[in-house]
Amino acid sequence: MNLDFIGKRKLWYIIALSIIAIGIVSLAVQGLNFGIDFTGGTRLVLDMPGEFSESEIRDFLAGIEATDASGQTITLENSYIQRIIGSQDNEVVIRTVPLTEAERETLLDAFEGEWDGFNQDSIQNMENVGPTVGGELLRNALLALLLASAALIAYISYRFQFKFAVTALVPLLFDSFVLISAFSIFQVELNQPFVAVVLTIVGYSINATIVIFDRVRENLRHSASEKKLAGTVNLSVNQTVVRSIITSLTTLLVVGCLLFLGGETLTPFALPLFIGIISGTFSSIFIAAPLWYTWKLHEQKARA
Amino acid sequence: MIQWTKLLTLVLIMTIIAAAAAVSVPLIIENINLGIDLQGGVYVLLEAQPTDDGGAATEEGEVEQPNLWQRVTGWFDGLFGGGDEGESSSQVSAQDMAATIAVLNNRVDAFGLSEPIIQQEGDRRIRIELATDPSNPEQNQRDILETIGKTALLEFRNADGETVITGANLLNARAAFQTDEFGRDVPVVALEFDSEGAQLFADLTESHIGQQVPIYLDGEVISAPQVQTAITNGEAVITGAGTIDEAAELANLLRSGALPMELVQLEVRSVGPTLGTDSLMLSLWAGLIGLGLVVVFMLIFYRVPGLVASFALLAYVVLVLGAMVGLNAVLTLPGVAGLILTVGMAVDANVIIFERIKEELNNGKSPRASVDSGFRKAFSTILDANLTTLIVAAILFWLGTGGVRGFAVTLAIGIIISMITALLITRIMMNYLVSSNVIRNKWLLGVKK
Repeated sequence: MNLDFIGKRKLWYIIALSIIAIGIVSLAVQGLNFGIDFTGGTRLVLDMPGEFSESEIRDFLAGIEATDASGQTITLENSYIQRIIGSQDNEVVIRTVPLTEAERETLLDAFEGEWDGFNQDSIQNMENVGPTVGGELLRNALLALLLASAALIAYISYRFQFKFAVTALVPLLFDSFVLISAFSIFQVELNQPFVAVVLTIVGYSINATIVIFDRVRENLRHSASEKKLAGTVNLSVNQTVVRSIITSLTTLLVVGCLLFLGGETLTPFALPLFIGIISGTFSSIFIAAPLWYTWKLHEQKARA
Repeated sequence: MIQWTKLLTLVLIMTIIAAAAAVSVPLIIENINLGIDLQGGVYVLLEAQPTDDGGAATEEGEVEQPNLWQRVTGWFDGLFGGGDEGESSSQVSAQDMAATIAVLNNRVDAFGLSEPIIQQEGDRRIRIELATDPSNPEQNQRDILETIGKTALLEFRNADGETVITGANLLNARAAFQTDEFGRDVPVVALEFDSEGAQLFADLTESHIGQQVPIYLDGEVISAPQVQTAITNGEAVITGAGTIDEAAELANLLRSGALPMELVQLEVRSVGPTLGTDSLMLSLWAGLIGLGLVVVFMLIFYRVPGLVASFALLAYVVLVLGAMVGLNAVLTLPGVAGLILTVGMAVDANVIIFERIKEELNNGKSPRASVDSGFRKAFSTILDANLTTLIVAAILFWLGTGGVRGFAVTLAIGIIISMITALLITRIMMNYLVSSNVIRNKWLLGVKK
């Protein structure tokens, strides 16, 4: 196989920047759908005993009172209500301000009074997260990302060189941003799984990039001539591209099964993993090595 | 010449892997620890907040909820020396925490749950994980949550069953040794009342000499000591504990009524049993089908080496599940996702190796030499690629909590075992394959012609 990965590098950069632009637009227009893990709140997944509409539930919630974060009594009318699409049962997600134990009991009792056949089994899932935990989660996620980046730079600088380390991080930032964009575009609830998914994709993508850089490192040993640098880098990407594609395909096969057969509880993992793997493959092939080459080229020009 | 012993050894290895999988997988699945999210149950994270200063308990409503930006800046403040630990400056003693855990254990015991987890996390947090049995109507999740949320009610009742003293008047309770009339050291529980409690207790004991004064915690009798003499100084001793541990347990329960703190529910999650089981079954099926597709793909793309890789993958699955059981790891929903992801990644090491072997074959080397140098050249690639991913997993484990931590463990186990299976099991099988000389046609090794 002999494709020109390096020569067309400006095209790849434009594609990457366009993807980032799409993400920025979505983030600006739609924002993110923060779940209770980040904002605090109560989230119920209810399997309703009969037909219902979202507006019916909203009207019902308008009659329930609770205390909000500033201590005022409010009704639950403005809660987030969403019917789960694709489930065979009549399932609905309701997200409210954080409710106390007593308020939750009132709410559930009211459901029992309003809907015939609503009982313990109708409550598929009930989660309540205080505001503290959400802040900690975010803090830990950022800290994890920072520390992971630092550790990766140290390791790659040691095993390769500093330039490889920095250019290996750029695809990671790109992938993380693509993931955030995907959560915005598809309005997937941002909860704990998000943190795990981002870090997994970071792991996956760095893996893919290292395989390519490993080849560059090896080929540079054989041809020390800097003049042929473009050819050497291009050869390295070509030699590893089949592996990149095969590994992505096999991983996508499994994650795809999770996404399409795993049910809605796995969607928060499977969808971003699916998108992240595609992004990780793209960024390792089309961003990492070309970027390293661009940097080297600048260095050569500066020296000349 | 075909080397039949080598070929037979290869077939034998494959048979052993298949047999091991057939025997162990059902066993492993039965023994693996499932998280609350997969089997249904209740998860609660509690934080003890001191209420020393005249019982001025902060109401939940008073806590101002910071926005995201304030949280981020607040965090960086904390990182660079700012004191956002201010809230925790008022200490909750380890003794009080132990007492609280004892009370929670006592309450949860009533539901007859299997293997309830009630553990202290950090200085003042308690994590509760309770798996509920859907076929047992007693284990109603709403009831359990209500019970956990109650404030402990400790009562000393008189002979008529009327409450005379509550835990509010109890200052302390602790286990101690006391020398009895025979000169032996026996374990006892020492009680200490405040002045009001001392007065009430004096009245109670005076009127009940020779009688029992049962002590109730949350409406259940935890001890029914007999009054031997009137106690007027507010310091009583309950004898009759068999061991010092039993005395400590009772002291913990008694102290719960006098805890100078409030338990705030930071996080409550209850997963209905059907949702948990459905998720598990669906994800297992999805994983199985995904695995099947990967095998088909590898067979088509790499042919005979693909078959070898499929058996290596089978060995991988057995080893990973076995390691999960061996390490007593808890399988959570994020863990299942991580596990299934590592199946995809486990193939990667094989792919790197096979691509190298193909390159060597295309350079005109013999199958045997190609396999040798293929493995040798792939080694550093596999090592570097996996170590970097392992670094990420380690940091996830270090900083993560709950589900994220479970995910990191599965990821790390997956990475390490995938390296072992590729560099050891695949290698051994490939060596037997090429040295048996059974493959004359390079097409069978995945090369185009």
